[in-house]
This record gives sequence, C-alpha cells and structure tokens, in this order.
Amino acid sequence: MVRICIIYDKLRFEEKKIYNDIQQKGFEATLVDGKSLIFDTESSKSDSRFGDIILQRVISYNRGLHLTYCLEQMGLPVVNSSSVSEICGNKLITSLILKKNGVPTPKTTFAFSTESARECMKKLGYPLVVKPIIGSWGRGVYQIKDQSMAEMMLDSRQENDNSFSRIYYFQELIDRPSRDIRCIVIGDQIVASVFRYSSENEWRTNVAVGGRTEMAPLTSELKEIVLKASNAVGGGILGVDLMEDKERGYLVHEVNNTVEFRGASAVCKSDIAGAMTDYLVKMSSK
Amino acid sequence: MKKECKDCGAELTIPQDSMVGEIITCPDCGTDFEIVSKTEDTVEMKEAESVGEDWGQ
Ligand SMILES: Nc1ncnc2c1ncn2[C@@H]1O[C@H](COP(=O)(O)OP(=O)(O)O)[C@@H](O)[C@H]1O
Ligand SMILES: [Mg+2]
Ligand SMILES: [Zn+2]
Repeated sequence: MVRICIIYDKLRFEEKKIYNDIQQKGFEATLVDGKSLIFDTESSKSDSRFGDIILQRVISYNRGLHLTYCLEQMGLPVVNSSSVSEICGNKLITSLILKKNGVPTPKTTFAFSTESARECMKKLGYPLVVKPIIGSWGRGVYQIKDQSMAEMMLDSRQENDNSFSRIYYFQELIDRPSRDIRCIVIGDQIVASVFRYSSENEWRTNVAVGGRTEMAPLTSELKEIVLKASNAVGGGILGVDLMEDKERGYLVHEVNNTVEFRGASAVCKSDIAGAMTDYLVKMSSK
Repeated sequence: MKKECKDCGAELTIPQDSMVGEIITCPDCGTDFEIVSKTEDTVEMKEAESVGEDWGQ
C-alpha cells in the first residue's frame, strides 16, 4: 500500500482535505509538522515516517525549500521538487524562466540597490508595479503611480534589513479586467481554472485580500499556455496565475508552489484533492 | 470545545473536527494559536509563530 506523507507548518483547509482524501482512497497518510523535524548528514531513507512519497505543503518558502533539500538528500521523492520550489518561490527566477521558455509574461525589470531602483523607476515611468521577490497573498505588491510614491516605497524598503528587500522587482502595469485567472495543474492535467475578481476598492485579486472566485472556461489557448508555464518551471502540483492583457491576451505572472485551492474547490466541480492523491500515488512508483 | 485566550481572556471555540497543527484565531484580539495536542475532551495550544517575509503562496 502506498504511504503518503504530508509535511506542513500550518494545517489549512487544503492539507486536511488531501489527508482525508488519501485515506478515503485506501492509502496510508501521515501528517508531519515540518517545524519539528531534525536532520543530519547521516539521515537515511529508512525513516518510516516519510512513507513512499512526500507532499511538501510547508507555507514558509525558506523552510519548505530547505526541508526539501534534506528530504531529497535522503533519496525520498518530494512533490514539488527542490528545483521547482526554488523557481516558483522567487518571482525574479520565475520571470526569467518563463521568458526563456517562451511563455508570455509581463515585462519585468530588476534592480539591486536603492540608487539603481530610483533610477530604474524614473526611466520606466509611472504607473508601475513593485513586488517583493519572495512572498505572496498580495503582500507588498503595490502600484506606484508617481515619484512621491516611489520615494515612499524606497524609504520603507530601506527600513527593512532583510537582504531580499534590497532586490527590486518592477513590472509594467497590465491593462486587464478586474480579475485574473488561477489554473491548478497536476502533472500534465489542468484540474481547475477560476477567475478571481478583486473586491471593491482593491486592485489585487488575491483571495487573501478579498478576491472572489468564479469558474473560468478552459479554452485551448489557455490550456496551452498554462501547460507550457508548468513545464517551464519543472512540473508537479502547481497554481499558474495569468492576467488577460487587453491587447496581448494571456500573460503568466506567477506560478505557485504550494497551491491553495479553497477558493477554486468551492466553485469547481472537479475533485482537486483527489487528483493530487492520484498523482502522488503515480509518482511514488516512478 | 471551549478554551480561554491566553492573551485577552476571550472565549475560543475549538471545532470538533479540528486537528493538531491547525490554527485557531482569537475573535477578540486576533492572536493565532496552534493546536499542539488534542484528545476527546482536552486540547493543548501554543501561540503560533508569526508569518514572516517569506510566507504564502
Ligand atoms: N503587472 C501587473 N499588472 C496588473 N495587476 C497585477 C500585476 N501584477 C500583479 N497584479 C495583481 O496583483 C495580484 C498579486 O500579484 P502576484 O504577482 O500574484 O503576487 P502574489 O504572489 O503576492 O500573489 C495579482 O493576482 C494581480 O491581481
Ligand atoms: Mg499571486
Ligand atoms: Zn484573545
């Protein structure tokens, strides 16, 4: 019998749902708190807690990534792999990889100090979008409308002594409807596609800031771009996010690594957790 | 199950189907608590770690 281990740091709707689904399908599931784990250079595969395959569901990017390195070192299969996590957890790397693989994506500019960020914004002109390269739920994603907002943003970044706050990610503001699209990809299958409409007085469409989900039709064009994006980052269980540019059509702006699907599962008929279980079972024997 | 918020004393309701690792947020002060152990009629909680720079998907 296949044994699947779910590693988490905070148990959300999604982890519980997958855990229950694995058991309902007659497989063995274990939940392991990533915060409690200890590894050493001698750690080996014989640790039975981890079963045959591990589903990495840790929310903290750094913790999840480093745990995955340790688990992979022990020879255990982890979904998603460390290389996928590395790419998806970092918006700068994601943008580069998407572009390199011919996936349509917004034009994005990077700067590596306050001075060059200031110069960069002057050159690009306003409005523009700034994002932290690591992080999510729409946190720290702002529209910069003029130079005074640019200076405010630079000030607040300087107050933060995190090394990532010295890396600037500027993106063209996409002219789009008040929604974006989230597609959940599992292996080579798209199991759900939803529109996320932003709430009133909010520009970001994240569910975490009040975004409302509705089912979105999966057109063949959308399908092709989403699978291309998922393959570009290395594949696995992913959430591909796109915007609809009024002129250029679909643009992929990010690929999520431990995808949340509470919003999507409320409006989609497809069994997202079930498809994840099937995929894990399949991957455990590869 | 009911529990008292360690920070503000408000009443916390722990749903029957909650599991170890889940986060319970105090409705009054917003503090997050993580369930560390649970039996039929007892539940242990500790203050959850805060969400840092690199959280979220
Ligand atoms: N370049 C852009 N133009 C217009 N809207 C954007 C742009 N980038 C992001 N957004 C909006 O902000 C939201 C959050 O941005 P995103 O890059 O997905 O960061 P996060 O990882 O925090 O979700 C998106 O879902 C979208 O609604
Ligand atoms: Mg997003
Ligand atoms: Zn309280």
